[in-house]
Formats: sequence, structure tokens, C-alpha cells
Amino acid sequence: MSSTGVVITGFGAVSPLGLTADEMWDGLCSSKCGIKKIEAFDPIGFSCQLAGQISPDFKVRNFIPKTHRKAVKMMSRDIELAIAAANEAITSSGLITKGIDPEKVNVDSRRMAINIGAGLISCDLVELAPAVAASVTDGKFDIRKWGKDGLGLVTPLWLLKYLPNMLACHIGIIHDIQGPSNTITCAEAAGHLAIAEATSVINRGWADIALAGGAEAKVNPIVMIRQCLLKRATSQSNDEPDSACRPFDVAATGSVFGEAAGIVVLENAEYAARRGAKIYAEIAGCGQSNNINPAYEHLEPDGKGIQIAIEKAMSQANISAEDLDLIIPHGTAIAADDSAEATAIEAALGKAAEKIPVFPTKSMLSNTGAAAGALDIVAAICAMKDGKIPAAKNCDKKAKYCNLNILQKPIEKNIRYVLCCSYTYGGQTAAIVLKNPNT
Amino acid sequence: MSERVVITGMGIICPLGHDVETAWQRILACESGVAKTTIFDASTFPTTFSSEVKDYDFSKYTKNPKLHKYCNRGSGFAIGAAAQACKQAGIEIDTEEPADGIDRNRLGIYFGAGEGSVDNDVFFNAIAAGWNSGENKMDWDKWAKVAFGQMSPMLELEQESNMPAGHIAMLTAARGPTRSCLTACAAGTQAVGEATMLIRSGQADIMLAGGVHSMIHPLGLTGFNRLTALSTRNDSPTTASRPFSASRDGFVLGEGAAIVILELLSSAKKRGVKILAEIIGYGSSSDAFRVTDMHESGRGAIGAITAALTDAGIDKEQIDYINTHGTSTAENDSIETKAIKGVFKENAKNIPVSSVKGALGHLIGAAGAAELITCICAIRDNTIPPTANLNDSDPQLDLDYVPNKPRKAELNTVINESFGFGGQNNVVIIKRYKSQSPER
Repeated sequence: MSSTGVVITGFGAVSPLGLTADEMWDGLCSSKCGIKKIEAFDPIGFSCQLAGQISPDFKVRNFIPKTHRKAVKMMSRDIELAIAAANEAITSSGLITKGIDPEKVNVDSRRMAINIGAGLISCDLVELAPAVAASVTDGKFDIRKWGKDGLGLVTPLWLLKYLPNMLACHIGIIHDIQGPSNTITCAEAAGHLAIAEATSVINRGWADIALAGGAEAKVNPIVMIRQCLLKRATSQSNDEPDSACRPFDVAATGSVFGEAAGIVVLENAEYAARRGAKIYAEIAGCGQSNNINPAYEHLEPDGKGIQIAIEKAMSQANISAEDLDLIIPHGTAIAADDSAEATAIEAALGKAAEKIPVFPTKSMLSNTGAAAGALDIVAAICAMKDGKIPAAKNCDKKAKYCNLNILQKPIEKNIRYVLCCSYTYGGQTAAIVLKNPNT
Repeated sequence: MSERVVITGMGIICPLGHDVETAWQRILACESGVAKTTIFDASTFPTTFSSEVKDYDFSKYTKNPKLHKYCNRGSGFAIGAAAQACKQAGIEIDTEEPADGIDRNRLGIYFGAGEGSVDNDVFFNAIAAGWNSGENKMDWDKWAKVAFGQMSPMLELEQESNMPAGHIAMLTAARGPTRSCLTACAAGTQAVGEATMLIRSGQADIMLAGGVHSMIHPLGLTGFNRLTALSTRNDSPTTASRPFSASRDGFVLGEGAAIVILELLSSAKKRGVKILAEIIGYGSSSDAFRVTDMHESGRGAIGAITAALTDAGIDKEQIDYINTHGTSTAENDSIETKAIKGVFKENAKNIPVSSVKGALGHLIGAAGAAELITCICAIRDNTIPPTANLNDSDPQLDLDYVPNKPRKAELNTVINESFGFGGQNNVVIIKRYKSQSPER
């Protein structure tokens, strides 16, 4: 019995490594890189021209029941990706919702919750452009002209595409989820925090089942330029996408951003056992805290906020560092932040930290914002299921600050517990400990 | 049985004032915070007015204004509201080494918070520079030249909706659980509810919880105007927000921040701080119907109210007053009325219900928290805040909406309702604090 009483019974991922969780895991195991030159727009003039992009084969219509097709025009890409990952997660759990097959529903809608981490959804500039172009006087944007002429050219339901809560709302409508619903907006920590909150919703008895995770589509010129301006995105590797993102490596020059969605099905452990569900992992502990740093676009150098989050998660899981067989760190490849995170992991776990295998994923998946933490949870589940940890990519020579055991070669072993960490600019930190149900 | 959670501080920056007492008195007097929009030139928009926070300067609420110099309007409001709430609850701010005896690892933050405005001039001018109307396509190189040349890295970063929580963490040195949520108009109430749960489940002793939002920016106003959700009563802004009236024609966009201090009862007693009220119930549900409309039966609202009553473990007869979501849109006010009747049945007409949005406007993500503060004041003063601008009653709506004048009544248990676009519903129940109440 886990300490939260909550287990994972399904999972789905749409990522730069493929349209399913299996494809993502296969890609991670074969050191594939999902990072390429940006295709969504012409990145000429951008200091970073790379991104983790989802295959053009992705079509949201494949994941939406006919009754909800009309709503596609109200969906930003973030919403589309979330719907696809949710569909895979529910299907893999064996639960049948209205969205899977309305004739065979085997869940109580009012006992289902949803909690999806979402980012700041930036609007489609091309969609707005004709309205902006109609609002120019002497080469400058004219707000009065916008109110008179431009505004009317914006599609009536425009705003609804960009409200972050719409990820959870669309999924909730498709699958008829009538229980508690929330949208965590803590940027790169949102995926983990959404899973942590959904765990507590089940734990307090308000739902038997919850969909939780995160989704964000960062391959948008506004989002990309923000990361370029903040110098979080690497500007050094535009011709070498495969080796661009180098978490904990001595030659790290910055992160690469991308788009993805990761969603898991959480269930009350007893409920899952009663229905004979396959259990992939138990949520053993969740922790969270804050970084406090006057230069808040980065972590504080000692990573204290991450340290506290890890300590809280380990304490709830009631295990010692020696019980961990894998750590999936946030590892963005921004040197100052990787250094702070490595320091925090060592401080929280002590001497054992040098031995525990560490597998950063962003060198292959890119930094997918609100989806990032959820993708790492999916990777952790797959690692436990297959009893294997892939090799880290692009960490050829560890940076001087780093004493962690970043795997150079894949290993096969029974994985008992996994620790996943995340943090974001602005301060929020999170850590989740998963337990292998076969331990 | 978990321990009781009480409220030990409150702070507000809103269109009717920069402190709780001023705002409360003006709400009771049915003054209006609504006027012509001044933040930007909205004179040609379908709606030319809004409910703005006026003459506000966050720097007088902190000793370290430089630390927050890039913050957007919402984060600035949050600093003022948090500073007031902390002062009342005896939580030191502006120091890395507080001497108030509060363990920072047990002090958390939960805000319903929205995005900051885009940096409008450069945002629009970059699009204008890049757009090739003839070919109907964007020249990204031209766009990037303007954007790279003029965008400020920190102002861009500050648009993220987790930033208010980050600024308040710096202000208070909080290291406990910190989250930010955005469930549209229900976010402030959801933040208070979930923060209560974090305390009840033992993850924190004290939480700063509430809402922070400003959507009074060109894209926000454009979005709501295109949805035809806003009142367009441009000839009479101060009477435009008229919840439950027959002539209501939409909500009035507002802004602000409202923050309460939630605290474990034993912590509040140990610290000897004044207890303002008790949070006894929280409920959350989703409509799962349409992103554009509430379910016509009110099932989502009914679900949330019922869940909150169950969580509180009280009979519905104990409810003395309902502070409604009452947005002044045709749909909300009628479905909310239906939902209240659905829960309270024949007794619904005996319960006073009102909306302070008539005076305050709709503070979106901050609305639920601002309205929670009015509930706390209502219990304290045994006074029901009125629904302003309710002069022509809608024959379809037949509850006791407390029109235009405050009313004295003994108030012990009060419901606060918030419903978000997309169908996320949240309800909190608060009660007059009595030391002998049974342990939950």
C-alpha cells in the first residue's frame, strides 16, 4: 500500500519522439533526438532556431468523437495535444468513458476528476495579423483603428482558444468528467503539481479516478523569442540539433524548447484493485516548495527550493535515498540551473546521490514546459515496467559541478522507486516519488 | 477528522479601494468602481468602460520595490493585498530572516492568477511589420527584427501567470507548497479551497490564498467583446453591471487582487492572532457540457454547492446568505438562480442572495477571493452587501437578491459561489468563528 493510496493505471504521451507513449519510450531507449530545425514558422532571425516538434502526422480529429468535432475550431495546439494524450491514457487504463464508447461506459462521471497543467498559451500571430494590418496608421499600430476595424476581424470565439483552463474543459466534455477540475499554471513545474493535486483529490475521497498531467505547445514565435531574449535557449547549435541540448554536460549552452502533452490516469488503489486494473506505478510521495532568488529567471544557486521539495516527497514516501533506483531531474541544459539542481539533489539525498542512476530527458524531448514533468512521469513508468534505464544523451563529459551518476550506457535492473523533479522561473518547485507496484 | 482551518488576515486592491474597509463600505453604499477605460484607449471598442484599480502604486507596500520592478499589473496588486493580509496576521515581509516565529517551510501560497498583458506596442507593431497582406503571409525575419529590437526579456517573462506567486514568495520568504491555478472566473475561489485542503492534509500551517488578475488590456477586452460577454452600456458605465436585473446585458471587466491568510486553528491560537472567520466547506465540479455555455440545468453549480455542503457537514437550512457569482450576464444569472433553487428547493426564496459585482465589476481570476472578503465582512458586521443597480427585476428570477440597500441580518454561515468559463465550478462555505465549535 502506497502512502497516498493512489496508483497510476494508464498513461499517454504525444511528444517530439512520437505520437504515443510507446514511441516516446522507444525513442528514449534508442537515443533518438526529437529536436530539429523549427518548421512551424521560418525561424530566420531567431538566435535559437531549434525546437522539439511533433510529427506532422498528428491530427487531432483522430482523437475526437464525432459529437465534439465542431469544437475543433476553438482549439489551440496546446488543447489538441492534451486531448490526444488523454485519449491514449484512458484507453490504456481500460476505463470506458463517454468519449471512448458511449454505449459501454464503465465509470461514474461524478467520481472522475481532472487536473491539467497548462502554460501561457500564446496566440497564433498569423491568425491575428489581418486584424492588425487593418489597424495601422502611418506604419504604426493604431489602437483606435483596432477597436473600429481590426477587432471585428477577430473570430468571435477567439479568446476561448487561449484560456489555459480549456485543456481540462475540452477533455472533460469529451470524456464526461463531472468531478473536481483544475488547471495548474506553474510553467515547467505544472505537470508535476497537477499530478500532486489530483493525487490529493483522490486521497481526500472526492474522486475515484483522475486524469492529470500537462500540455504545452511552445513552438510559437512569441514563446520562442521569450526564451531567446532571456538567453535560456541555446544560440550555439543551430546546425547541430542532435547535440544542442546538453543537460549537466560541460559544454551545455542552454535549453531547447518544444511541444508535448503527457497525461496519466490516477486511481484510488482500492478502486483500481477492485476492477482488476493493471497498476503501473504508485504515487508514493509528492513535495513542493519555492526557489527564492532576486534573479528569479534562474534558480537560486544552492537550489534550496528543489532540495525542500525532494525532502518532502521522500518523507511522504517514507523511504531513504538508498531505495531510489532512478532520478529523472528537470535538467534543462541551462548551466546555472543544472548546477543548482545537482547541488539540491546532493543536499537532499546525501552520499547516496553519487550512485543513483540519473537520466535527464530534455536532450531528446526538449523542454516542453507544462508537459515536461508529465513526460518524465511517463518515462519513469516505462523504465519501471521494462526494468531498464536508457543512457543519457549529450552528457559526454559531466560539468565540473556535477557529481551525479549520469548514465553513459543503458542498464537493466529492477527499479523500485523513481524520483522526478521539476522547477520553473518564478520559483515553484516540485518532486514526485513513484513506487514500482512489484516492489 | 482533520483540524479546523481559519482566516487570520485579509487584503485587497480593487476598483473600490486599496484596503478592505474602504472597499467594503463603498460596496455597502452601492458605489460603482466602473468608469471609462484609461489603461489604454478603448474609445472605439464596443465596450469603452471597465472597472479599473485607480491611482495605485505597489512600491509603498514593500521595502524592496526594486525586486519587483518588472512586475505586471496583477503582481503589483498582489504585493499590496499580500502586504495588508500579512500585516493583519502578524506575518513579517521584506526580510529573509523573519522573527515572527513562523516556519517558512510550513508557509505556502496558492493564487488563482491570470496572464499579464502582452507588451502591446511591440506586440502589435511586430505583427504589422511582418505581415505581407498581398501574399497573406508573415515575413518572420521582419517580425523578429522588431520583436528582438524592442521586447524586454523581463517584461515578457512577467506575463506568465505563475509570476504573482513568485513575487509573493520573495515578499514573504515562503517555502511551503506554492501553486497557481487558472480556472477562469472560478480561480480565486478554487485557490482558497485547495489551499484549505493543503492545510487540512497537513502539508502547510499557513497559506496565502486568493486571486490576482487584470484582463483590462487590448487583447482581453477584444476577446470578451467578440464573445459578446460584456455589457455595452457605454452611455451609463456606473449602472452597466446590474446582476439579476431584467435589463442586464453582460458583465463589466474588472481587475484586482484579494488575498486571505488561511491558518490551522492550533497555529492561530498558538500565535494569538485574531480569527476573522472559519472555512468549513469547499466543493468543486465541472459541467462537462460546452466550453461556451453553462449546462442549462445548472448541474455543475448544483454539484459544487452540494459538494461544499457535504464537505462542511452541515444542513442546508443553516445557510444564512449566498454571495453569488452573479455576473450580470443573461445566462449566468438565470442558471445560477435555477441552481440555488435546485439545491435549496422551496427554502431558496427565504435565503438572501446578492452579487457585489454590481458595484465592483467582475475581477475574473480575483473575483472569488474579493467576494470571499465581502463574506467575511458580512459575517463580522451582520450585514448583507446589496446587489447594486437592481431596479428592474427579471420576472424569471424570483429569489431575494437584496437590491440596492444593505440589510442587517444575523449571519453565521455563508456560501461564496464562483463559476468559470468552460464549466469549472467552485464553492466555499465560511462560518463565524466560535471557539467551542466541534472538531471537524
